[in-house]
Amino acid sequence: MSELLAFISHQLKDGLLPWSVQVAAAVRFKSTPAAIEGLALGNGILPARYQRNRNMISVAEQQQLFQSRIAVIGCGGLGGYIIEELARLGVGEIIAIDPDIFEEHNLNRQLLAAPCSLGRAKVEAAQARVNEINPAVMITPIKEAFCTANSRVLLEGVTVAVDALDSISYRLELAAACTEIQIPMVHGAIAGWYGHVATQLPGDRTVQEIYRNWVAGKGIEKDLGNPAFTPAVIASLQVAEVCKIVLGKGELLRQRKVSIDLLAMEFHEILFNAPAEVIYLQGCDLEPVRAAG
Amino acid sequence: MQITLKLFATFRNGRFKAAEEEFPVGTDCRTIVLGLKLTEEEIGIVLVNGRHGTLDSILQDGDTLSLFPLVGGG
Repeated sequence: MSELLAFISHQLKDGLLPWSVQVAAAVRFKSTPAAIEGLALGNGILPARYQRNRNMISVAEQQQLFQSRIAVIGCGGLGGYIIEELARLGVGEIIAIDPDIFEEHNLNRQLLAAPCSLGRAKVEAAQARVNEINPAVMITPIKEAFCTANSRVLLEGVTVAVDALDSISYRLELAAACTEIQIPMVHGAIAGWYGHVATQLPGDRTVQEIYRNWVAGKGIEKDLGNPAFTPAVIASLQVAEVCKIVLGKGELLRQRKVSIDLLAMEFHEILFNAPAEVIYLQGCDLEPVRAAG
Repeated sequence: MQITLKLFATFRNGRFKAAEEEFPVGTDCRTIVLGLKLTEEEIGIVLVNGRHGTLDSILQDGDTLSLFPLVGGG
């Protein structure tokens, strides 16, 4: 057993690695909290901060999360919540991509926006937030607009790409890039009371199908804007999908899209493998639309 | 011919959730969309009897047309 492993092993509390010991080990052995976390998880030791994950995410699974690299494309309404949740979940690395700075109209909904951050790059705020809430997570801020031209570089070695963009044309570029480099993509979009989520695995064309009738420009968000709660709902569903992809468990939103109407509080499932159908999941007084076959 | 129309999200505002309406034989989805005072740019998902369609899809008597608006914000 290495001296470092012995150091942390002797200071476990109830079998868990306290954060204070993780930091002390990093200082004493000129290491980092991230490296200590990797060593601990690799030896079956759970950092105490993840103890409430324990009965749904095993130590081995927590290590899988730690070994994942998740790209979040867009750090606005959806991206802010996605980054927050990924950092708390304990993914190893987050690539945060956004060219913008915070403006006053972001304050009603964007988790990373605050009066003191107006004018600041969104990816810088994302980095500061992740370093504050979980310093064991490595975050790489990239203040660039995602597009086909830089997609290969930005998505290199990425486990899952999370679509938190606000432009349909860039979403389609991301979908094409994910298809080309064969990585899963978790798509989410919002407008006012409404939003949807879908997961696209390599070879699927779900995002292209979702926007097959797109002509140009933005969707109804152009007129509706977005409130505080819709991005939080959709972002959380996206992170649940990322978690399941990384862990290889559960049922993904694959070849189907869940559309959410928070005003009517209706959840609709639209299938994208032929034949498609709408399944009324909850709270809808309409008869289900079934596929003709 | 009789068509069942189902509208979702903002498309319901000032319209309806579901309605059965008469249209001439050979009517396509675009004609119905424009008749509802919707624009092509607003259209996200078009389902005909639950199958994905386009605004060019020609409807048959008894078909159900479901329309969802385009959602793309983040």
